[in-house]
Order: sequence, then C-alpha cells, then structure tokens
Amino acid sequence: MNDRLLDAEELLTRLIGELKPAVDKDTALVGIYTGGVWLAQRLHAALSLTVPLGTLDASFYRDDYGVIGLHSQPKPSDIPFEVEGRHIILVDDVLNTGRTIRAAMTELFDYGRPASVRLAALVDRGGRELPIAAQYVGAVMTLPPDELLALEKDESGLLRLSIQPWKRK
Amino acid sequence: MNHNPQLNKNGELTHLLTIEGLSAEIVRTILDTAESFVSVAEREVKKVPLLRGKSVFNLFFEASTRTRTTFEIAAKRLSADVLNLNIGASSTSKGETLLDTVDNLSAMHADMFVVRHAQSGAPFLIARHVKPGIHVVNAGDGRHAHPTQGLLDMYTIRHYKRDFTQLTVAIIGDVLHSRVARSQIHALTTLGVPEVRVVGPKTLLPNGIENMGVHVYHDMAKGLKDVDVVIMLRLQNERMNGALLPTAQEYFKCYGLTQEKLALAKPDAIVMHPGPMNRGVEIDSAVADGSQSVILPQVTFGIAVRMAVMSILAGN
Amino acid sequence: MKIQIKNGRLIDPANGIDANKDLFIAAGKIVGVGAAPDGFQANRIIDAAKMIVCPGFIDLAARLREPGLEYKATLSSEMSAAVAGGITSLCCPPDTDPPLDEPGLVEMLKHRAKSANKSHVYPLGALTIGLGGQKLTEMAELTDAGCVAFSHADHPLTDTQVLSRALAYAATFGFSVWLRPQDAYLAKGGVAHDGEVATRMGLPSIPTTAETIAIATILQLMRSTGARVHICRVSSAIGVQMIRAAKKEGLPVTCDVGVHHLHLCDRDLGYFDSNCNLMPPLRGLRDRDALREALKDGAIDAICSDHTPVDDDAKQVPFGEAEPGATGLELLLPLTLKWATEMKLSLSDALATITSRPADVLGLSAGRLGVGCAADIAIVDTNRTWRVEREALRSQGKNTPFLGFEMVGKAICTLVDGHVVHES
Repeated sequence: MNDRLLDAEELLTRLIGELKPAVDKDTALVGIYTGGVWLAQRLHAALSLTVPLGTLDASFYRDDYGVIGLHSQPKPSDIPFEVEGRHIILVDDVLNTGRTIRAAMTELFDYGRPASVRLAALVDRGGRELPIAAQYVGAVMTLPPDELLALEKDESGLLRLSIQPWKRK
Repeated sequence: MNHNPQLNKNGELTHLLTIEGLSAEIVRTILDTAESFVSVAEREVKKVPLLRGKSVFNLFFEASTRTRTTFEIAAKRLSADVLNLNIGASSTSKGETLLDTVDNLSAMHADMFVVRHAQSGAPFLIARHVKPGIHVVNAGDGRHAHPTQGLLDMYTIRHYKRDFTQLTVAIIGDVLHSRVARSQIHALTTLGVPEVRVVGPKTLLPNGIENMGVHVYHDMAKGLKDVDVVIMLRLQNERMNGALLPTAQEYFKCYGLTQEKLALAKPDAIVMHPGPMNRGVEIDSAVADGSQSVILPQVTFGIAVRMAVMSILAGN
Repeated sequence: MKIQIKNGRLIDPANGIDANKDLFIAAGKIVGVGAAPDGFQANRIIDAAKMIVCPGFIDLAARLREPGLEYKATLSSEMSAAVAGGITSLCCPPDTDPPLDEPGLVEMLKHRAKSANKSHVYPLGALTIGLGGQKLTEMAELTDAGCVAFSHADHPLTDTQVLSRALAYAATFGFSVWLRPQDAYLAKGGVAHDGEVATRMGLPSIPTTAETIAIATILQLMRSTGARVHICRVSSAIGVQMIRAAKKEGLPVTCDVGVHHLHLCDRDLGYFDSNCNLMPPLRGLRDRDALREALKDGAIDAICSDHTPVDDDAKQVPFGEAEPGATGLELLLPLTLKWATEMKLSLSDALATITSRPADVLGLSAGRLGVGCAADIAIVDTNRTWRVEREALRSQGKNTPFLGFEMVGKAICTLVDGHVVHES
C-alpha cells in the first residue's frame, strides 16, 4: 500500500515547476472546492500571481443532481476578476471521471467568455468518462474504481494524499 | 396521520410546509445553501441549471404579487419552467375542488407546487394527495405558516447578528392573524434564541401563545427593552372593523415603531418587517428608511432562500 | 314469531341484571326472562353463547339526512348502519331540508322510517319555523305527529326574547326543549377549540365561553320559565360543572355528550385532519377528561353518536372549509365500551349510558328488558375486533377520525319489536 502513496507536497513542487513558465501577470487561477482551493492558494502564493484567486463550488452544475440531490453544504463561488477574455487555469486535486471539471467549466462560462481554460491537477488517476484532460499534472496513476484518492490538509497546513475504500453512488 | 408529512420515507425533506418539526440541522442547511445562492445573484449570469427541465407551478389561491414574484424569480434562476396560476375564488365558484385542480396540474407534469391559500392546512391536504416525487412548498396558509418567510428572516438575522444563542428578539403586532409570526417563532426557538417576545394588545395575541416558547408583553416599552432584533408585523385594516382595535392612530401610538421607541432597544438592534409595510400604522417612515432597518436586504435574501428550498426539495 | 335467545349473558342495567339468563320473545314483546312462559314453543332459537344480550341501544342524536340531503345519506343506508351498530331507537334532529317544522313532514318521516322496518325513529321537531329563530312552530301539533321534543339543531337562536318565549310555550305543555349551547357571536368564524393547539395551527377558534355563556343563559331561562331542557353535546369542563350544579339545585336539566368527545381532544387534529372537524369542536385534554368523569358520576346523562354523515367532497377540503361532523352509528358501541374499560367500569354501567339512561332522558319505557317491554334487543360480541374501513361501514358517511383504527365490540344480531333486523 505504501509504495502507491504519493507525497502531495512533492507533487505540488513539481506542479509549481510546470506552471511557472505558463503564467503571466494576467493569468487567473481558479480552485475547485475543497482540495483544489487549497492547492490553488499554495500555487497562487508560490507563483506570485497578481490577479486575485477565484474559487468555484460547481455543486449547482453537477450532472448527478437528479440522482443524489443537492450536495450538502455548497460553498459560495467567488470569481473576483473579469472572466471575459481572460486566460484561466482551473485547479483541482484529483482528476477522475472529468465530470467535476465539466461542471466547473459550465459555471465559469456563466461568468463570461474566457480566452482560454487550462487544467492543473495534482493527480490524474484515470477513469475518464468525458473527453477532459489536464495540461499540468503532478502525477499520473491508475486506481480501481472502488478506491478513493483524497487530499487532506493537516493543522500545520501541510497537504497529504490518502487512499480509502469508496462506494460510488 | 402521525408521520411528519414533510419528510419522505428516507427521512429527507420532500415538502416544505412549516418550520415546526424541522430539526435545527435542516434549518441551518437551508440557510447555508442560501448563502451560495446569494453570490449567484451578484453575477452576470444569475442562473444555475439545477432545475432545468423541471416545472414549477405557482398555485396562488390568495393573491400576492410580491411573494409570487420572488418565487418566480427564484425558480427561473434555477432554470425551471414556471407557470403562474392565480386561482383566487373563481375556481372554487366554478365548482372545481382544490384536489381536482391539483390533479389536473399534476397530469401536466408539474414537479413542484408553490401554494398560497387562505385556509390553514391547505398545503398539507395537497401534500398528502400528490404522488411521491412531486414537491409542495407552502407560500403561506391562512394564519398557520409562511416557512420561506421565516427562513429568510432567520437568514437576515444571521447575516447581521451571527450568533442566535445570544439574542433577544421581539415580534410586535398582530400575532393572532400572522402566519409569518408563527413561522418566525418556530425558527427562532429551533435555532436556540433564548428570549423570544411577542408584543401586542390582548386582542391581537392568541390564546396559549406562551406554549410556543415566547414571553408575552402588552407594554411595548417593556417589550423593546434591550432587544437585538425588532420584527414589526403588518396590521390589516380589517382589524379595526372586527372590534379588535379602535383606530390605526391609537395603534400607532401604543404599538407603532418610532425612533424614540427604537431607542429602548440595543443601539445596534436591527429592524425587520416581512412587508408590505403600512407606514405610519405599525412603523414610522424614519425608522423604515433609517440606518437600523434591514427591510430591503430581507427581500434580496428571500430569493436566495427560496432558491435553496426549491433546490433541496427537488433533489430529494 | 316466538324467539328464544339462549346461552347469552343477559345485562339489563335498568333492572340490575347481569346473569346468564335466556330471553323469551313473542308478539314483539319480552314474555320471559330466565324461564320460559308456560307452553312457549320457539319458532327460532338464537344461540348467544359467549355474547352479551342487552337492550338495543338508544341514540339520542343521529342524522338520517332525509328529507332533502340524500346526497349525503339516505334513510335506507343509515337505518342499516344503525341496526348494524345495535341501535334500536334513535332521535333525529330537525335540521333536514326542509326542517321538521310541519306535522306533515314529521308524519312522512315516521312513515318512511316505519316502512324501513329497522330502528324506531323519534323525530325532534324544530323549535322555530325553518329553524330561523323567529317564529314558534306548532309544538302541540308536532307532538301529535310524533315529535318527542323540540330542538334547534346547530342553528343559532340569538334572540333571547324568542328563546325565552319558546321555552315558556314549551313549558306550558311540558314539552322538552333540546338545545346545543353555543353563543353564535363568540363562535362566529371559529372551527377549532380556542387554545394552544388552534393557536399553533393558526385556526380560527371557538372559545369555551361560547358554550358556558350559552349554558348560563339556558339555565337562567329555565328558572324563569320552568321549561325542561336537555343540553346537547356538552364539550367543556366548565360547562359540565355548571350543569352539575344546576342539577343539584333541582333544575329539570339533562345533558348528553357526543361519543367522539369522550375520546378525542384538540391535539387529535394532527396535521389538519378534516375528519376531526366537529361541532362542538374537540376541546382540550382537561375538558375531555372532565367529560369522561362526568358521564361516570351522572352529571352527564347519556352518550350519543351525534351521527353526521358528510359526503367526501365536503371533507376533502382544507380544514376550515370542511363541513363538521363524523359518522357514528357503527362506532357508538365500541367507543362506549372503550370508555368504560379505560374508566374501569362494569359492562352494565357502560351499557346503561346507551340504553336505560338515554331512555330516561326521553321519558320512554325503552332501554330495559323486563317482561312486557318491547323486544328491542342487541346481541353483542364484546371481544370481536374489527377495522374501521370505508367498506366496513354501512353508513354512507365514511367521515370518521377513526379510519384505519381497530375497534373492539360489534353487534352480532339486533332485534326490533321482536324481529331480527340485523345479523352478521
């Protein structure tokens, strides 16, 4: 089990390295709750971005509302910059089916028409159900569908990845 | 008859008929969800696709432009299709019963009914009658309940005061006839407000209201002392005709909210009113338009709260 | 037809009998209790093993809905329901359409009831023309036509001068006046008992004072006119206390309680169950408990069903719009037994409340099983459980708060004037 565990902080460092040449003073970062927001906050600081950080919940755009209802405790989305004509990088912790990213993009487009949208993910774990890809990735791996890869943050702010059994709805 | 008709067999909220009987957890979830919808209203595209393809029928047996409009806006912002039916008294005089009307509309694939009716309990009758999967939202039934108003009032209080467990709240006016007051009392006590007061003349306070967990005051000065939240209720003109009150002038003198009376409350007390206001009857214009009044924000919050209610119900 | 009812437990509260005795019937009357009269040859023997044999029940208030309200119920359906409930005599209030304010209408009703060959029907005549509360009816003529007393049903009689004169006129002839105590002004618009439940539910309410003020008025007018009054459907603790004191004073007052009010109170309205919309309204817990005690100690004379069949359309509407009333003929027995069991009373005391005691209110020699009495008999299985379902009720009125409930007690066989009118 241990050899499959990845070091989140190490992957984050790798991601920062990949993004450094890809951003400029007008690039906007948008984190997807909850893990994506933690990552985006770290990236935003590390890349010294000037455009304020955006956060997206995407609960209201998910495609499984008819099956599982409203996700408990949706958090307020906050896009404190003009989306129109902007180059945006979406940040999520684990890229799996691609549906969360699809929902996040639909929500983003309700704010305006970006110039481009790219995706940065800490881990791409495969299992795509939609044609979605991450341009910047910390690590690529394959996980069986009954395992959940989750990002956690401890009291000191350090990020950690864990694998738990998962019963999908 | 004993199972809570608001919950489906999984214990999830499937109708919103009254705040009475809802757990504090459900109430807080609605308020938290509403918070997300407030930010939607501040965007360019004020819509989310949650209820796309769903039909929401506004069944208003009692006319109300204000409430109906906010429900319509809320449903449309959830991308639902909205149909407004102002039935009034004409349908019943045509002989079609309430349940027949509901059956006909259900056959037109209604997913949700928003119902306002002059009779207490009407939404319960409808909720018992519709097939599972159709949701009923009570937009006000007789004197019994107006749960979305109660919820948006709680949202407003939370927005300005944060901690319910430290507050003293006074509800002033015609509690006897007020469905809003009853919903507010249930919500306040459920959320742990330690001191809820009702203030009014004996003719306007119903028998046994203390059993709902409130303290009764007939003296407005005493009732307002050190209060954090002042909620003024609307006084209908009919009350003067039914020998409940002499005149609007005397009512204003004894129970109207003026700057002087407001000064008896805490200096940072907020003033609320479910609307529409009768200026000069229950509330002075200076207070209604003053710095402590949060009456206009109440309206904005109302749309977000109704969006929250509809999206929670439709998802269950 | 000569009938022997054997092996049953005979309970005759009026004569203090509770023993295993056979009953012998001939020519519509009881001819033997315990021992057969000489030469008695039964044409039919009814085996009442494990059953109670008692006087058929006397229901002081049952609406048959004829004439005029046949869409709610008919004589035929309701009389079948009555005998299925073990009821051999019933009084019907005058609020038919048209009201029973003319001798011709009363004669026709009596005639139709007799042709149905089921329970005895004792009509109550209207106290005023059209129940309008203004002009007196021909009380003497109506009594000749068959009215046993005069009533104002649930219609308000607000003009106290008219009420006073009506009582005085009735007192002239010794006629009894039956009044439901409700002050029309205080009750105006109300649909539920004024208390914490109605407050919580936001229902317009009827204060207890609506009943107590009316009772006070009635008692005072009794003192000044000398009229005999039967107070119908007392519902409050204070009201009962006032009647108890009046009886002690020696006033010729009697009263009854609706069987539903012995069991239900305002909390039972639940989530606005229109079947609990009754008149008088179901009052508070303390009122209900006072009624239960008062029936036991005699302050209340009798139980009645207050049978009021209401069509579905008039009940499947919001609570405040529903027509008040509950179907009751088939529930009178089990609900009476339930009250008695809970109050730890004997079967004889229980049955007295629906046999000898209502007979005494009416001044009839019915409700008892002595030799020479009419053979109005109920054979009852006090252990039979049955479920209250629409299909199980013979009455056209399916409006009952007890829908879906299990009841204990059923009339297995009912005889009126020595004829078997019901067998299950």
